[in-house]
Amino acid sequence: MCMNAEVSHEIVLNVNGEVKRFSAPARRLLSDALRGDLGLTGTHVGCEHGVCGCCTVLIDNQPVRSCLTFAIAAQDRKIRTVEGLAGADGELHPVQAAFKECHALQCGFCTPGFLMTATALLEQRPNPDEEEITEALAGNLCRCTGYQNIRSAIGHAIELMQSDI
Amino acid sequence: MTTRSFGKPVRRTEDLRLITGQGSFTDDAGSDALSLVMVRSPYANARVVSIDVSEAEQLDGVTAVLTYEDLPDRLAEPLPLLIPHPSLSEPRTQHILAKDYVRYVGQAVVAIFAADRYIGEDAAERVIIEYESKVAVVGIDGALGTNLVHHDVPKNVAADHSEHVGDVASALAEAPHVLELDFEMERSLGSALEGRASHATWDRHSRKLQIQNATQTPTSVRFAVANILEIPDEQVEVFAIDVGGGFGTKVIHPWPEDILTAWGAMNYERAVKFTEDRVEHFISSSHERSQRHHVKVGFNAEGQILGLDVDFVHDNGAYTPYGMIAPLITATQLPGPYKLPNYRVRFRSVYTNTVQVTPYRGAARPHAVFTMERTMDRIASFLGIDRSEVRQRNFIQPDEFPYDLGMIFQDGRPAIYDSGDYPEMLNKALSMIEWDSFAERRSQAPPGKRRGIGVACYVEGTGLGPYEGGHVRVETGGKIQVSTGLASSGQGHHTVFAQIVADELGVPFEDVEVVTGDTRRFKYAVGTFASRAAVTSGNAVAEAARLVKKKAIALAADALEANPEDLEIVDGQVQVKGTPVRAIPLSQVAVLANPLRYSFSEAAKAATQFAGTASFDEPPIKPGEDPGLEATGWYSPVRATFASGTHAVEVEVDLITSEVEILRYCVVHDCGRIINPLIVEGQIHGGVAQGIAGALYEKLAYDEDGNLQNASFMDFLMPYCTEIPKIEIDHLETPSPLNPLGIKGAGEAGVIPVSAVIASAIEDAEGFEINHMPLFPSELHSMRLASGRQPA
Repeated sequence: MCMNAEVSHEIVLNVNGEVKRFSAPARRLLSDALRGDLGLTGTHVGCEHGVCGCCTVLIDNQPVRSCLTFAIAAQDRKIRTVEGLAGADGELHPVQAAFKECHALQCGFCTPGFLMTATALLEQRPNPDEEEITEALAGNLCRCTGYQNIRSAIGHAIELMQSDI
Repeated sequence: MTTRSFGKPVRRTEDLRLITGQGSFTDDAGSDALSLVMVRSPYANARVVSIDVSEAEQLDGVTAVLTYEDLPDRLAEPLPLLIPHPSLSEPRTQHILAKDYVRYVGQAVVAIFAADRYIGEDAAERVIIEYESKVAVVGIDGALGTNLVHHDVPKNVAADHSEHVGDVASALAEAPHVLELDFEMERSLGSALEGRASHATWDRHSRKLQIQNATQTPTSVRFAVANILEIPDEQVEVFAIDVGGGFGTKVIHPWPEDILTAWGAMNYERAVKFTEDRVEHFISSSHERSQRHHVKVGFNAEGQILGLDVDFVHDNGAYTPYGMIAPLITATQLPGPYKLPNYRVRFRSVYTNTVQVTPYRGAARPHAVFTMERTMDRIASFLGIDRSEVRQRNFIQPDEFPYDLGMIFQDGRPAIYDSGDYPEMLNKALSMIEWDSFAERRSQAPPGKRRGIGVACYVEGTGLGPYEGGHVRVETGGKIQVSTGLASSGQGHHTVFAQIVADELGVPFEDVEVVTGDTRRFKYAVGTFASRAAVTSGNAVAEAARLVKKKAIALAADALEANPEDLEIVDGQVQVKGTPVRAIPLSQVAVLANPLRYSFSEAAKAATQFAGTASFDEPPIKPGEDPGLEATGWYSPVRATFASGTHAVEVEVDLITSEVEILRYCVVHDCGRIINPLIVEGQIHGGVAQGIAGALYEKLAYDEDGNLQNASFMDFLMPYCTEIPKIEIDHLETPSPLNPLGIKGAGEAGVIPVSAVIASAIEDAEGFEINHMPLFPSELHSMRLASGRQPA
């Protein structure tokens, strides 16, 4: 005998400029939808209670915890994940290039969340001061790096973005 | 010459995948796998009276709900005791699912296999378990009381161990001064951002059980799974592609979930996945750090230690799967860089109704260093001499190596320091932090603040055996494929092993591709822990590269009709020294190394022609040779190599809020020859950050019933970037004489002396004794009141 068969809904998400359709229950978290339904496993889940920041994606250019967002509630919004950061030709986003150059990652599990957070910061404030950088990064946990090289990478990304202009 | 990359800040080859979202962590696999969801005990000490799974079983999407009674044969036995020790008279390990009793909050009682995690958790809520709760044994005081964790373990004592050098009783009796001191550290945990995870698939056609596992020890997971499931090793393949931090937690194996996913995959012929969530990491993985030490130290008027007696209690939690490794490390690493002619150490390891305790980065060295360095500070304070001076007077001197501690290290071999320069290291640290001019800065503290300075030294046994191996293969396409069995969880192994192989073989760094932690590529390994990977696998891949080089030169000598002694390999070409026009690329040597029958490509065509044109007096493969330009090298150290370091810190304490701010943090670090300074410094940054976390922010808070009150990132204060200061680093490089590369381990170093150095600085600022860590503002405030100081 079966109990509580779940109702599935058709969900349409706009992720990295592409329209994706899948069917899932209403309680499906955006993090699980991205990873499981859409195969975008670059977004990681570190705590499932919105504290570690590993699952950070951009929704309408704002950093959002995808583990605290229902997939169905993210319809009609523009979602960006780490997979969409580099150019179509594979050219790294300055934030990505800076993380590599400054050894700002070790195990790499928290990295996508930091990359998305930093991207949002630099899109909104191309020339942030130290305090603004700290404020922006203060919602993401990293257990490997001690944050020092992550800070350096943000500084380097700013240089790269300015030299691009 | 090929540009050498050893010693250079080479950017990591790992990064491109990880920054573009193309990493391969265990939970990234198997989106359609059955989800293994565990029902865990809410009681710390209880008898399981009854379990009703009927409602859970009926839920749509649930494949099976298992209790202990459902476990077949070998799965019903307790999990293995990985490292027995003679002192461990009462070892206990848990069952895969609780048998009759639960002994900590978080212990697995029921296993659910469901279509996904959501449904599995729905089912978990429908499992009805009746418990008969008993008084929980919590903390060291609880363990020393009358209630028992295991009814057949008297006094909760798992192990009682003593070791000594010299005659401590006489030394203490004759010493001009004797102090008795007590020091304590509290619980923390590794807290990697990726929890434990395992994804298993069984292919009944090829009869292969493939397991991607977030582990630091894939080869051992393989042997453990094969053993418990009673199938041949050759049917089990384990790989750790990307692991999101380990810090010791992921050394432990097999976890109950490792076995259940593997068994489930075979039994249900479905992929099965377990992904630990954050709460589970807090209540069902491993903890560390809780120890209480009583010290008797005898010394003379110059501050030289004449005798040291340390008696400590180690809280090992409810089970002892990893033996006594942690307290044994405290015991042998406690002397640090100091001469202790008379030293006795005793520990009792005791059971409590809490999560099991196994090594976490630093592995009980932070406790050892905290105890020893606090003792040094007390001697300095008692005699009124500078804290740095008392250390200088006790140091082992650079001309005294090798220095035999007279004790047995964690690898079961003598603890003999191989090299180091402790006085120079301290001098460098004092100079960095500007120790001598601190009085001036102290007087410049802003209103409402006080400043203090501290210093702490340590020695760390690293790179221990028994062995690692490495395989190097030159492909006909020109790429160099390298593999080693131990796994990576952020250490940059792919980069540093490529640096080593590139230099040894004489090929461009970019041509070397490294795979770690995949039993399909390399079957034998020990694992990534104890700051051993660079030393052991580094030297193993170096040896493999040297063997390949020898083979390549022999083959090229034939082809070039040259004397092997006249050949060298530069930028991937075997050439006559001084006459680079007579050269053959390694890719072509690889072709020559493998005479083929079938021509399927241009390279293969050359190989078939070579086979046909060889001398008819010799077989195409000469006796004693193997086809292929490849070799396996091994490194088995005779004993551990000892790295060392000195940290110095300047802090400012707030007289109102009791907050501690770190103004400067300086590290002098000696890990022998440095392969990649970028990576070594990254390891130090991360280690120090974990040390600061353990000193000022993190503590696992159990209530008296054994509930972990802060089992979430909301309540367990893992530092963000707002809490971690800039870390200044200087290096000293005293090569290890024990291995050809002269290297020592660096992975754990950063964390080791942090509690000690911060305690020293806070004590210096406050003027009262700091005897335990971590130290939160609320506790510092209480200590101020207890010391008679009025709040500012």
